[in-house]
Order: sequence, then structure tokens, then C-alpha cells
Amino acid sequence: MSQSRASEGQGEARGHALFVRVTHWINAFAVLVMIGSGWRIYNASPLFDFRFIPELTVGGWLAGALAWHFAAMWLLVVNGVAYLAYGFASGHFWRDLLRIGPISAYRNLRLEWTTLTMHGVGEYNPVQRILYTGVVGVLALLVVSGVAIWKPVQFQRLTAFFGGYDEARYVHFYAMTALCAFVALHVTLAFSVKGVLRSMITGRPPKAAASKE
Amino acid sequence: MRRKERPSKPRLKEFQPQIERIERRLFLKQGLSLGALTLLSACNLKDDDAVDRLLWSISRWNDRVQAALFDPQRLAPTYTEAEITRPFPFNAYYEEPLAPVIDGSSYRLSLSGRIEDKQSWSLQDLRALPQASQITRQVCVEGWSAIGKWGGVPFRQFLERIGADLSARYVGFLCADKYSTSIDMATALHPQTLLALDFPGAPGETKYGYPVKVSVPTKLGFKNPKFVAEIFVTNDYPGGYWENLGYNWFSGS
Repeated sequence: MSQSRASEGQGEARGHALFVRVTHWINAFAVLVMIGSGWRIYNASPLFDFRFIPELTVGGWLAGALAWHFAAMWLLVVNGVAYLAYGFASGHFWRDLLRIGPISAYRNLRLEWTTLTMHGVGEYNPVQRILYTGVVGVLALLVVSGVAIWKPVQFQRLTAFFGGYDEARYVHFYAMTALCAFVALHVTLAFSVKGVLRSMITGRPPKAAASKE
Repeated sequence: MRRKERPSKPRLKEFQPQIERIERRLFLKQGLSLGALTLLSACNLKDDDAVDRLLWSISRWNDRVQAALFDPQRLAPTYTEAEITRPFPFNAYYEEPLAPVIDGSSYRLSLSGRIEDKQSWSLQDLRALPQASQITRQVCVEGWSAIGKWGGVPFRQFLERIGADLSARYVGFLCADKYSTSIDMATALHPQTLLALDFPGAPGETKYGYPVKVSVPTKLGFKNPKFVAEIFVTNDYPGGYWENLGYNWFSGS
């Protein structure tokens, strides 16, 4: 949650910076296309004894899914790199996300978990910090394992790092599963906490929490 | 490698640019699932024709990226006899019983395009050329992979022998099973690209491409044509059976 400095001294709650909001929604679109098309690609040669429901996939058939997957990957990567560059350069990460010291993260964990849905405005609680930092790691793992599957000859050392071509497919799948779990939790909370969804669109902080500050 | 989900519409057999263009439209229209439509409408991309064209142009962009990533000297990993996948999976755009059985004694490999010596080759003539063999992994666009052993003539040596224009852009393949595909010249000249005469499977088994297959360990399986009847060298984009339907042309591994 990057804060607009103008409002800082006045004790008002702060909303998301425009850059964070734009990259968030581009990322949301790219991730949905990647997951939906990835499910279709998975269905062509399942790793496990199940297939994804075709209606939930993107691309219509294997070639369509591949076209979407290898198009949306550029959006995901370019947008992700821009977000990371902004996050580090602006101080957003240092200030809001990366303070996952063992003390701040775990001593308050029980308290913060029970008050998670209260959702303090202008600050991430430890659970949020862990999740939002973790999902960046999961996305990075998805990109890197995806490259290992895409180019097992040109980037054969990377593929070997994952244990081989087939193993890289499993890593890619498990990382996708972790991402889906995050998305499910994230979307559930975004809809259940009043005002936060609007806040990610407009940049205005949620009212109820804002008045608390 | 080539049996996969297919759109329910008439199949293309020859390279006809106009039909290709229509095919492209159809392919990606079918590609717009409910989920994609929902997403797209949220993003104000109104007509799927624009999306089709976008996806196709990104696929062409991905061809260029992959060509740039391709290192002509980097070898695909090789494996031991013990690691060979047995039985090696059969894959084509048709079911296994429909695989052609070709009489090796009367077989001729035809040559056309930018080649000096267009004389056709018998299996015996090809056998007389220097032979090599390798155990490599074939990765399918569907996601599975299998390790197999192929032997035959290093393709670079064959291209040099027939006086192919090595500065041309493409090498295309027409197959006895009506399949076709094409590869870039850089890949054709890669040290592991093989005009394969020996295949996985038991001796006498013809379904893996007898008498001639082109093994390209640096590309996905569908870029490895079986039952090759004609090889041509050209500067005009030749496309291919799956490529014309929407699969990425370069498809490098």
C-alpha cells in the first residue's frame, strides 16, 4: 500500500498509488489469462489423474491456449518487472512489505490474524506482508520454471536446476496451485472487506477504516 | 507429437495463402472461450478479429525471439541407452493404424527449390553417406516428452552434398502422410539435426517414420517430420500442417 505523501501529515488514511493500482490490474488480467490458458495446456498432457473443466480454460484448444499463454507471458513479465522496479525505487517495498522481521511478523501474528478482516488502512499487517511478498516469489518461480519448460535445450542448465524437464513441469504446476490458493484468499478478502476493492480502483482509502485513523 | 485437440472444421492439405488467412481467423475465434471473452470485454477489446491479429503477430514476434535465443552450437542433452523410453510413443495427426507403410526398395526422396543437384535419392544412396546416431529427448507441444535413438545422415552434410542454398531462410518438408512442416536454416544446419534412417522401436517397425524422418532435437516434436517424401529449400515462408492452424512456427526447445 503505497501512500500519497500529501495526506501523510494530516492523519488521514492513505490509498494505493496510481502506479500500484495500474500494475495490479494489468497483473490480474495477465495472471487470469496465464492460469486459464495454462489449464488448457495441462489438459493436453495431464500430470495427474484429472483435467481442468474446459469451460474454465482460455484458448478453446491447445494451439489457442498456447498462443494466449505465450502472449500473456510478455504482459506478465514486463508488467512485473515494472512493478518490482517501482516498488524498490519508490520505497514502497521497504516501507510496506519487506519488514517481515521475525519479531514483527510472528509476535503479532495471532492478534493480527484475528483482526485481519479489520484491515488497517495505510499499512500492511504481518500476514499481508508475508502473503504479498510470497506471491511475488511464487510468480517469479512460475516465470523461471516456465522458461525451463519452454527452452529445455537453450536454457538446459536452468532445466537441470529444476531436476529435468518433467520435474520443471511439476514445479510449474505446484507454483500455479500456490498462486491459485493466493488468488482465492485474496479475492475472498477483497470482496469481504468493505471498500478495499474500490480502493484498488480509485485509490481512495476505505471509509470505515479511514475514519478510525 | 501431432495428435492433439483439433478444431472441428475441414482440414487444410496444401499451402494456399488465402485459405490460410481464413483458417487463422477461425482458429482464434474458436480460441475465445467464455473466460477469455469476459476478460476481454472488461478490457474493451471489442472485436475478436483484432485479438486474432494481435495473437498472430505476437506469435511471429515469438518466432523472432526464439531465433535470437537459438544458439547454433548449443547441443541438446544426450542420454544413455538405458534412459530410452520404451515403447516410444506414437503420435501423429491421425491414429496409429493409419500410419503409411512405405516400400523402402522403391522409395525416392525428392528435392526441390534452391538446390543445385535435385536428383532424387534412394534409401541405398542415403545409407552410403556418412552416418551418425544420437539419443535425445523429443519434447511434444502437448507437454510430454520421450527419449529415443535416431541414426542417419547429419542434415548439414546432406544439404552441403546436394548443393542447397545455405543462405536461404527455410527448409520445408512434405511427407507421405500429407503432413508438412518447415524449419529455419540455422536449425537445419545444427550439428544434431539428422536425416534419420534408423528409428526407435523394433527392427522393421515402420510407424515412426520409415524410411526417412528428420530429427530435430532443438525443436518440438511436431517440427520433426516423419515419412518425408520431399525436401525443399526456399526463401518464402512455407508454414506447415500445424503451423497453419495456429501452432507457433519456430517452436524451439
